[in-house]
Amino acid sequence: MKSARNTKTIILTIVGVLIAVYVLFPFYLVVMNSFKNQASIVASPVSLAGASLSQLMSNLDKVINNSNFQFWYAFGTSAIVTIISLVLLALFGGMAAWVISRNNKKMWATVIYMIFIASMIIPFQVVMLPLISTFRDVGKFVGISMLQSVPGIVFAYCGFGGAMTVFILTGFIKGIPYELEEAAAIDGCSPEGTFFRIIFPLLTPVITTVTILNGMWIWNDYLLPSLMLGQNGKVKTLPVAVQAFVGSYVKQWDLILTAALLAIIPMIIIFIVAQKQIMSGMVEGAIK
Amino acid sequence: MNQNKAQKKLLAAAFLAAGAILLIASLGMDFAGSGSAMRGPMLIIGIIAFFAGLYLFPTEKHHRKIVYIIFLFPLLFTFGVTVIIPLLLGIGYSFTDWTGIRFTQFVGFSNYASMFKDPAFIYSILITFVFVVMNIILVNLIAFLLALLCTSGIKGQGFFRASYFLPNLIGGIVLGYIWQFVFNNVLINMTGGISLLSKSKSAMMAIVVVYIWQYAGYIMLIYVTGLTQVPKDVLEAAQIDGANALETLFNIKIPMIASTVTICTFLTLTSAFKQFDVNMALTNGAGSVPNFMGNYLSNGTQMLALNIYNTAIAKNSYALGQAKAVLFFIILAIVSLIQVRISNKKEVEM
Repeated sequence: MKSARNTKTIILTIVGVLIAVYVLFPFYLVVMNSFKNQASIVASPVSLAGASLSQLMSNLDKVINNSNFQFWYAFGTSAIVTIISLVLLALFGGMAAWVISRNNKKMWATVIYMIFIASMIIPFQVVMLPLISTFRDVGKFVGISMLQSVPGIVFAYCGFGGAMTVFILTGFIKGIPYELEEAAAIDGCSPEGTFFRIIFPLLTPVITTVTILNGMWIWNDYLLPSLMLGQNGKVKTLPVAVQAFVGSYVKQWDLILTAALLAIIPMIIIFIVAQKQIMSGMVEGAIK
Repeated sequence: MNQNKAQKKLLAAAFLAAGAILLIASLGMDFAGSGSAMRGPMLIIGIIAFFAGLYLFPTEKHHRKIVYIIFLFPLLFTFGVTVIIPLLLGIGYSFTDWTGIRFTQFVGFSNYASMFKDPAFIYSILITFVFVVMNIILVNLIAFLLALLCTSGIKGQGFFRASYFLPNLIGGIVLGYIWQFVFNNVLINMTGGISLLSKSKSAMMAIVVVYIWQYAGYIMLIYVTGLTQVPKDVLEAAQIDGANALETLFNIKIPMIASTVTICTFLTLTSAFKQFDVNMALTNGAGSVPNFMGNYLSNGTQMLALNIYNTAIAKNSYALGQAKAVLFFIILAIVSLIQVRISNKKEVEM
């Protein structure tokens, strides 16, 4: 009985390892081929032949300083857009969700909530074309460029991420006992003080979830920035820069794979550091 | 005390007035067609000053309401400008000859009529449906098997979970190019010198493979959570009653995670339906179809989302692209509603 169990465990482990090898193989190819030049990549894409540290340095140098890619600039833009959007979404989302859940018996709050929920089914494709023209018009109207600008793209992410953020946060705030707020009010705390001093700190776990979900989406998103910023505009996020770079170097795999490596590394580092939070955050976001 | 209140009132009124003046002045400049660079900042400062005035206004009775309005405003405003207004405009534009910038006349349903006369578009709808159905089945099946593997008590489960999930972290554009390399340079020796991406049918299969690679790990995590929530005592009871592993799986585990299956099916459905990035980076929709309803097509791997994008951006037919997008929205809404209906019924029966 025990040995049968052991054989089963061994077989399952082998299957698990084989699947892991399959899943991780493309990553191995990216890393390993970044150490090679075009000729040795084409000659032997899987083996280590021709790999050298100096070649990696030369590839990195070519990619990072490429005028189509501008890695540091694109990386910085992506980081700024993602971080500001996440902070604003957590703050505005928390504020709106609190108002909605504290007025959930009132008609207007229910209507706002239902509109948010219903809007989650709207695919980006149906709003993307009029979105660009709306932003162009609004930008012209107020004299601040909404397209080709970081504030414009942050604004758009606040709008698109709002529904899901409010949905998840409202569910959580409903579970916070109202007595807590009443006690604060009796002690002379204003409504806004109650929110920022008592409710907002309690939201930390659920804001982590929301931030992970929104962060993965905003960092990796291609379509929205490519439409708003343009393919060859001045401002570029990382996915847009990768697309522009690859478009100009068809089949130059040494450069393309090195660019892919650079685009992947930040995510992998964050994943290694916050693996548990990311995995549980992704699941919680889906279940709710 | 009274004097204090009066002072506060004055301050609040000053803010309100300043905000209102700035707002009116900047809007006035807009309508007058002034190109002054100051009007944008003026508008923003005006809005902030107006809200600051509202906030400072010393009223016990209405203070709570004022706070509610200020708290709701930022999200509702961004949401309205980025989602609601474009959605309504978009539905309207689909009935016009919109060029992306302006329209001259309403054309009724002619955009809708012409897209159904376009075999390439009908082909895109068909392959999108095939893609969605295949993925709902394959992704869920594979993810569920992976979840069983990752909850079977073998060593290194944490590592397996993390590594299967890893592809989900990477954006579709980068993924697409990595797999383009795999198909065109690495696997080409195994597929007899011909890349899988060069033929429409095998290229669609390639997109399915990449999509599963990217998505199954995520769905697996949700199944893992579902499976670990199956109570231990129920499983023990089944074991005592002599149920074997398969019986436990089909009679206990699967019925008990019915709601998880619903969630996963729904997620796979909507995400597969909207597939764009990988499609664009891997094949960009190319691929020849010699005979589809008597026509030669060159968009053998172009799914709906990419078809909409190319219609508007590459071919510059904004109104037609918008009409297709509205149809896309309607299909997605109907399919999701049906899906939720069916799943709810099933759960009740179980």
